[in-house]
Amino acid sequence: MKTKVGIIQFPGTNCEYDTQNAFQALGCETFILWHKEDTLPQGIDLLVVAGGFSYGDYLRSGAIAKMSPIMKAVKSYADKGGKVLGICNGFQVLTECGLLPGALKRNEGLHFISRHHHLKVVTTNNTFLQKCTVNDVVNIPIAHHDGNFYIDAHGLKNLYANDQVLLHYTDETGNISNPNGSVDSIAGICNLSKNVFGLMPHPERAMEALLGSDDGCRMLEGFLSA
Amino acid sequence: MKAIVNVFLKNGVLDSQGKAVQHALSGHGFGTVSDVRVGKQIIIEMNESDATSAKAKVAQMCEDLLANTVIEDYQIEIQA
Repeated sequence: MKTKVGIIQFPGTNCEYDTQNAFQALGCETFILWHKEDTLPQGIDLLVVAGGFSYGDYLRSGAIAKMSPIMKAVKSYADKGGKVLGICNGFQVLTECGLLPGALKRNEGLHFISRHHHLKVVTTNNTFLQKCTVNDVVNIPIAHHDGNFYIDAHGLKNLYANDQVLLHYTDETGNISNPNGSVDSIAGICNLSKNVFGLMPHPERAMEALLGSDDGCRMLEGFLSA
Repeated sequence: MKAIVNVFLKNGVLDSQGKAVQHALSGHGFGTVSDVRVGKQIIIEMNESDATSAKAKVAQMCEDLLANTVIEDYQIEIQA
């Protein structure tokens, strides 16, 4: 059975077709879901909140998108244990709507950063990174202005205690290298129930060695039906 | 009735834009500048006659959308 992947599209989303291409390359059936929809297609195995600049990043990145009709369906899907992945702006949307803890602030250096960056896998005790190994270093593009992950000290302690920190920004040897000021160099997290995932880097842009890296394949493959 | 909402990063959350502006001002001879905070102001016109009720509605707007209370504080001023 093909894994069914729904990809959410807001005005200003711009990674929905890259995401579609990536999951199709992995053999999935994909559906682009316009934000005005208030229901999801039957039998969806994974919902992806794709990257981009929903609503032009007005007010705060992801803030206005969280008010879209489809987000109620996304919340209810997640509350029932459905798997949700937020990439870049999708991560921002998921923190804004409370499905993930913390917030994404303006990059510490104030610049938009667009380049490949290395990430170290912190845990594989979850669906998303189950095909990776702990301390694996992957090479994945980042492209964001508001990627500076913030959470208070208490929240950070809980993230580690519950194995919710997925990825750290590092150099190619796995030493911490923080591009944007994120607390503890965190690039991605999941929720307590480990069915909602968010990361700033773009695994869907790392699917072809010819284009710089195919490390995104073994990340996204975690979502394929067994 | 008019509501003026000021949204700023909480104390203790690093304000990178504020720091950049502070450095620029210091570098331009404003040596007495010791701190700068950059926030945003949102001005809302409302068809309301009761200031207390208006303020309660704006507070709800702040909680729901206008501020991200994980990192931001807000202040509301109601003008007749």
